[in-house]
Amino acid sequence: MNFPKRIWLFYFEGFRSMTIGKKLWIIILIKLFIIFLIFRLFFFHDFLKSRFNTDQERGSHVRDELIKRQK
Amino acid sequence: MIESIDLSLVDWSRAQFALTAIYHWLFVPLTLGLSVLVAIMESIYVKTGNPEWKKITKFWMTLFGINFAIGVATGIILEFEFGTNWSNYSWFVGDIFGAPLAIEGIMAFFLESTFIAVMFFGWNKVSKGFHLASSWLTAIGANLSALWILVANAWMQNPVGMKFNPETTRNEMTNFWDVLFSPVAVNKFLHTISSGYVLAAIFVLGVSAWFLIKKRDTQFAVKSIFVASVFGLITSLLLAFTGDGSAYQVTQKQPMKLAAMEGLYHGKTGAGLVAIGLLDPSKKTGDGKEAFIFKVEFPKLLSFLGYRSPDAFVPGVEDILNGGYKPEYNSIPESEKEVALSAEQKIIRGRLALSALSTYKQAKNDHNAARADSAENLLRQHYAYFGYAYLNNVESIVPNVPLTFYSFHVMVILGLYFILLFIVVLIYINTHRLEKSRWLLWLSIFTIPLAYIASEAGWIVAEMGRQPWVIQDLLPTMAAVSRIDASAVQITFWLFAVVFTVLLIAEVMIMVKQIKIGPKNGGTR
Repeated sequence: MNFPKRIWLFYFEGFRSMTIGKKLWIIILIKLFIIFLIFRLFFFHDFLKSRFNTDQERGSHVRDELIKRQK
Repeated sequence: MIESIDLSLVDWSRAQFALTAIYHWLFVPLTLGLSVLVAIMESIYVKTGNPEWKKITKFWMTLFGINFAIGVATGIILEFEFGTNWSNYSWFVGDIFGAPLAIEGIMAFFLESTFIAVMFFGWNKVSKGFHLASSWLTAIGANLSALWILVANAWMQNPVGMKFNPETTRNEMTNFWDVLFSPVAVNKFLHTISSGYVLAAIFVLGVSAWFLIKKRDTQFAVKSIFVASVFGLITSLLLAFTGDGSAYQVTQKQPMKLAAMEGLYHGKTGAGLVAIGLLDPSKKTGDGKEAFIFKVEFPKLLSFLGYRSPDAFVPGVEDILNGGYKPEYNSIPESEKEVALSAEQKIIRGRLALSALSTYKQAKNDHNAARADSAENLLRQHYAYFGYAYLNNVESIVPNVPLTFYSFHVMVILGLYFILLFIVVLIYINTHRLEKSRWLLWLSIFTIPLAYIASEAGWIVAEMGRQPWVIQDLLPTMAAVSRIDASAVQITFWLFAVVFTVLLIAEVMIMVKQIKIGPKNGGTR
């Protein structure tokens, strides 16, 4: 049996024979779904990347903010 | 034009980061420590060939897996927050954060993830030696992950190895090794991973104690307790040693944090270390009142620990605000030591630096190279105080003293208690009294939450003690936040609170269930 196939079987059989691991993986997948497809998509847009196209624009914005912003 | 920022935005952004960081830190220490403990137990199994040790290893490996699975990706949220809530900060730090976090992702996480699969799937499939190596590499991977994020945090506390570029408005790394091996980073890393080791040792001790109370799997429990207690005692001593190192660095690099940690408002020569004390809640900076209702202190110990000299002057909150004292940094030759600036003087310098940045920007727009160069020189001259430009009153640089003081003392007192507990447990094991000493077993169980409290308290000292700074002296929180609606931050704060609480309850339930099943059926899948 070639090496990549052995690696594949190792993981496949490992995942298949999981007991508590299956429950944990369900929790992991739910969590990743919430984090990446809900939080990230709807609530956590990268402020600078979503508003400016180039690094120069982003740097200028931050510079302007730092200059303007005081209590 | 001066545009103020909504302070509730700053507070909610801080609160959200604190919530997610505290939550993340519920899982990380146990991952760090239990990975090493499991590797040690498996090493004993491989060395002795005793199948009891295999059973022990597989049980704790299962709990490690549960904790790892629930904790996975909780740190990602923090990175999201950098980009959304803290955009000025994340841009300003430039590649200082990017490099360590990239290395963390590429090297440490892949190392961890690859060999975790062998750990859990590889029993009876790979050789004992390869399986053991995988367990150790998983532990090393987990700890290497911690290294890089702690290097980044250490840079926030003591920014080194960089040069600010006014053209890009970013701090650009000039010396990677200065960042990686800064004394603050080295102490922070060793102290933090030690805290994880101690927490894991207490976890194993406490859970095993439960088995002894239930008179179940007693051989497993006693063996686990022995390994955990030896490991816990050694790492507790390392924790104390590195804690001293960290405090020594804080004394030199963040004197206001040290003053808050000790509730020291008025500096002293031969300052004592407060062992225990009660702060007067009505105490305000500059009111002339005594800070403590009562305190017990070890004479001269703070001076000795902070400056390695029992008669050194330790500045208090008001000395740092007023300046005029000569810092006793051992790392600087006497001839180079300068009188400390007052906060007022730092604010003036900070404003010169910020004004120079504005002049630089205007000069660039006007294509006036000579004026831009002159502005850049002035900026560099005063850049060390850049963040002070945003402060309108000197008291802004004073962190929450009671919170910092009590967190510090809770952490230290619990740390000393843990050392004592491990010693007592080892004595009782050695004299064959442990299984009959129900008071000690129950105490061990109740110490588990105390370990978490001490662990979180340490981070509160580190992060609340550095306020108002996101980057010490260079960027305060009010300048670091994105200009977004506070309501958006509030919504995600409560979303996190709900989701994380549900996940935490899920973990505790799964963990308790697996503990109750016990090592008899403790498979690792």
